[in-house]
Order: sequence, then structure tokens, then C-alpha cells
Amino acid sequence: MNSRKVEVLVGIFVAIAAAALIMLALKVADRGISGNGETYVLKAKFDNIGGLKVRSPIKVGGVVVGRVGSISLDEDDFSPVVTLVIGKEFDKFPATSSVSILTSGLLGEQYIGLQPGFMLEEDDVLKPGQFIEDTKSALVLEDLIGQFLFSRGND
Amino acid sequence: MEWFARLGRSTLETLAGVGRAAYVLFGALVARPQLKNIPLTIKQIYFVGVQSLLIIVVSGAFIGMVMALQGYTVLVDYGAEESLGPMVALSLLRELGPVVTALLFAGRAGSALTAEIGLMKATEQLSSLEMMAVDPLRRVIAPRLWAGIIAMPMLAVIFSAVGILGGQVVGVDWLGVDAGSYWSVMQASVEFEKDVGNGIIKSLVFAVIVTWIAVFKGYDSVPTSEGISKATTETVVYSSLAVLGVDFVLTALMFGTH
Repeated sequence: MNSRKVEVLVGIFVAIAAAALIMLALKVADRGISGNGETYVLKAKFDNIGGLKVRSPIKVGGVVVGRVGSISLDEDDFSPVVTLVIGKEFDKFPATSSVSILTSGLLGEQYIGLQPGFMLEEDDVLKPGQFIEDTKSALVLEDLIGQFLFSRGND
Repeated sequence: MEWFARLGRSTLETLAGVGRAAYVLFGALVARPQLKNIPLTIKQIYFVGVQSLLIIVVSGAFIGMVMALQGYTVLVDYGAEESLGPMVALSLLRELGPVVTALLFAGRAGSALTAEIGLMKATEQLSSLEMMAVDPLRRVIAPRLWAGIIAMPMLAVIFSAVGILGGQVVGVDWLGVDAGSYWSVMQASVEFEKDVGNGIIKSLVFAVIVTWIAVFKGYDSVPTSEGISKATTETVVYSSLAVLGVDFVLTALMFGTH
């Protein structure tokens, strides 16, 4: 085995490993498409966020426009505050837009659905850092069953 | 009294072994790097890396395929066969890729390293090197250690990638999971730093453990044919046990808490 052939084979080995890593990065972890890119931040205050997690998707009509950046608790009124990190290309949402926490499928993961409102004035859009006023909380199964039983009891 | 003597003797022997192992690792890695040894390292990467490629690719493909098959039979009962992608990808990236690669590497390359170095010692090649004022730790041990540490993370990455493709062959092409949901649900739940990055860190740790045990067992073997055979067996047994034990600790540290 001469050293030239060894070097070529080791080079091919390293190239295969690099290709595998790039495949893992781009195709499996989907980095580079959603990871970098300009973003801006909106905030929303909910009563109950259910099973929402950091990096849960934010969808407009099913299209992912961003991800949940962080979740914290407001220290004054003890309600959860969710930071929405949204792609810079989607920066024309009207200020009357509403967000709600939805579930994909019956048992799927929870995501934030953003419902764009009406554009009342020309430049009345959501600005970076602004709070979205109109929010709907997550559906908690126990509350739902409780309401159902309560309404049955009234009949 | 005899019992205490045995306990003391085995403790001292164990400690002396740990000391010799640390001396080998220190002497081989911490010494001033010698540029003229780089071709030796490349040659060793060929022996431990390139020649392990076949077994890694074949077992990666089959493990990915088996996992897709078994995962599908469970997930389809709950109508959750879309989760096949993340199941295959996460178990490969976090656990099976690094661990199975390390076990195969210990059997394929570690045993060969031990036998080679042990035979060098038995035929007094290591002593001859010392007579020529060449440090065998730098000339013989260091290239093999570096080659193992460099090659194994690459093998683990290749293993995971091939396994995910194998899972796609069975899950998507044979069992009929939608190709779009296989990949997109996987992309939604795999994070590059957390899953791919921690998997590479794991396999780096395993690489150090396996190659260290392999070269030390060869360097420290009794220079007879029986001693070499015992050292080779010990390499495979000890490095497999060490990999599985350390894997639990690493997993607990990396993924144990949210």
C-alpha cells in the first residue's frame, strides 16, 4: 500500500464524513433555512399557554412564519408572556391581528396560530417589541370537560 | 490477614495500572507535536477509519431499517406514523450512532491496535525503538491515538446519516409513510446543537476511551502469545463496558433535564 493511495482514500473518507455532517445539518436538523435570517420580536400575554414550548412554531394559515423565542411570567399579574420571533419578511401584520394557541391534530404538539386582522390605516402594523392585544389561551382538556359537565347539569 | 493482603495487593496493582495508563496517554498526547509524524497518523486513519467504513455503513443501514420497521408497527396503532422520522433520527443521533459505532470500533479497530502493539512489544520492536533514542510513545502510540480520536466521530456521523436514510427506505418506500412528513416532522424536532452536536461530543469521548484502552492494553501486555490474546480480549470487554457506562452518565448530563 503506497502512501499516495492511502492519502487519497483517507481524503475520500473525510469527504464522506463531511457530506454526512452536512446532510445531518441541512436535511435532518433543517439548519440554515430557519436558523439564520433576519427576525423581529413580538410579544403576547396569555391566560394559559398549555403545553406551548420554546421553539414551537408560529403559523399563519398553516404557514410557519416564526418560532416561540421565550416564555416567561409577568411579575405583576402572574400571566404568561410569550415572545414570538418572526421572520423579517413577514413584517406587515396589522395591529388588530390576534394570536391563539392551537393544537395540531388530536394529540399533536401545540403551536401559535396568528390571525391577521383588518388593516384600518395604511401604516397601522405591528411594530417590533409590541404586545399583541387580542389573545386566546390554550384549550385545557380538564376545563373543557368541566364546562361540558356543568352545562349538562343545567339541562 | 491473608484477605487484607490480597485486597491491598489488588488495590495497589489497580492503581499502578491506572498510573501506567495515564502515563501512556500523557506521553502520547501532551508531548510536543511532531510534524513528521503526520503521515504516520494519516496511515493509521486509513487503518482504523477507512477500513472500518464498510462495517459501519452496513450496520448503520440495517439498524435504521430495523428501527423504522419496529417503530412503525407500534406507531401505526396510534395513527402517529408521522413520528417515525423523529423517532429514527433522534435515537440514531443521540444514542445508537455514537454507542454502536464505539462498540463496532472497539471490535474492529481496537482489538487490531492492541494485537499490533502487543506483537511489537513481544518481538521487542518497541525496545529497539528506545535503543535508537526514538520514543515509542510518540512514534507508535501517538499516531494511533490521534487516528482513533479523529476517525471515530466521523464514523459515528456517517453511521447516523446512513441509518436515517435506511429508515427512509423502509418507512417511506416500503411501509408508505409520507416522505414529506417523514422529513419535515424530523426537521421540526431535531435541533442541530442539541442532538447532532451532543452526539458528536459523545462519540469524541467514546473515541478517547476506546483508543486509549486499546493502545494501553497493547503497550502494557505481557509479551507472550498468551498475554497478547488476553490483552486483545480485555480491550474489547473493557472498552465496551466503559462505553456503555459512560454513555449513561453523558446521556443523563446532556438530555436528563429539560
